[in-house]
Amino acid sequence: MPNEVVELSWILVELNTKARAAPPAGDSVLFEDTSSAAPAMNSQGYYTSGYNMGEPSNDMQGGGGMNNLFADPMANAAMMYGSSLANQGKDMVNKEISRFMSVNKLKYFFAVDTRYVLKKLMILMFPYTHQDWEVRYHRDTPLTPRQDVNASDLYIPTMAFITYILLAGMALGIQKRFSPEVLGLCASTALVWVIIEVLVMLLSLYLLTVHTDLSTFDLIAYSGYKYVGMIFTVLCGLLFGSDGYFVALAWSSFALMFFIVRSLKMKILPSLSSDSMGMGSNAKPQLRLYITVASALFQPIIIYWLTSHLVR
Amino acid sequence: MAFTLYSLIQTAILCTNAIAVLHEERFLSKIGWGVDQGVGGFGDDPGIKAQILNLIRSVRTVMRVFHTLLLHFGLAFIK
Repeated sequence: MPNEVVELSWILVELNTKARAAPPAGDSVLFEDTSSAAPAMNSQGYYTSGYNMGEPSNDMQGGGGMNNLFADPMANAAMMYGSSLANQGKDMVNKEISRFMSVNKLKYFFAVDTRYVLKKLMILMFPYTHQDWEVRYHRDTPLTPRQDVNASDLYIPTMAFITYILLAGMALGIQKRFSPEVLGLCASTALVWVIIEVLVMLLSLYLLTVHTDLSTFDLIAYSGYKYVGMIFTVLCGLLFGSDGYFVALAWSSFALMFFIVRSLKMKILPSLSSDSMGMGSNAKPQLRLYITVASALFQPIIIYWLTSHLVR
Repeated sequence: MAFTLYSLIQTAILCTNAIAVLHEERFLSKIGWGVDQGVGGFGDDPGIKAQILNLIRSVRTVMRVFHTLLLHFGLAFIK
């Protein structure tokens, strides 16, 4: 089975390279444009990469290439079979994934842009001047991260996690303790701690019957924001030695604790449910405060645990 | 503490197993956490104790179903 897949993919690659050579000339043959500017516009509409800048010179060879493409039935059949196989695979993967998590909800978390990422990183490192922590809604659905700085996203945690793993590899290499297994171990340790933290948060929110709109992905996002602090700490530790490490650790711990407390306070503490006769969750608001503070206190411990072995 | 995903899965399975085999009569009734003593509150907020009891009971039920399915159909597959 794998051999056929390899052959088909090789055929597809070959056909793709042939197909790319053909259409710029094919456009000028099929569309019969009389205006001189139009053929260039058409081919740029199909391929956005800058490779079609000089096609008037390729017209003659391109026409011959297109004839070769259709005169080769075996390649044609292979191409159609390969594309139907790819479509089936894509449908199957989509069906399986949408059984576990809804992809639309996940897309919401990745709808970010540069401005949001920069502002969010600044808030994570220096949250003391940020005034307004409310998540803005738009007709009962939360706004995407593009429109609201307070919305949580999954792009920053994912990128920070990967950067942390790379940085850990580099730090270990500087100390001549690197090997690929250690890198995998570091990655899976960090991942396991995130999973543990998310599970503990979910369990405690369930036990205290807090009616909140924090979904699992939100909790994953809030757990993942600590990786930004970790990267900053490790970098300072590598650049400035042990003193720089502790200073950066203290700074990012306080910043992160402030950020977590302010963010979760908006979501967990007030009883906003309008269908509960105005009582909300009467399981002692102190307990909810304890959850917020405990999850905030957990962050510096974890940051220290996961980075101290990198900076000796 | 270097964790791997495998050790996390092991821990989760062992904890779930521990909750599932917690015997009703021998232990929970003695502490006052029996199944007849907790679940009274149908109000808006059941309270922590009722939530924990619900959780234990549901874990036990799910593990029973899972264990029965695994035992009977697993044997069929092996045969």
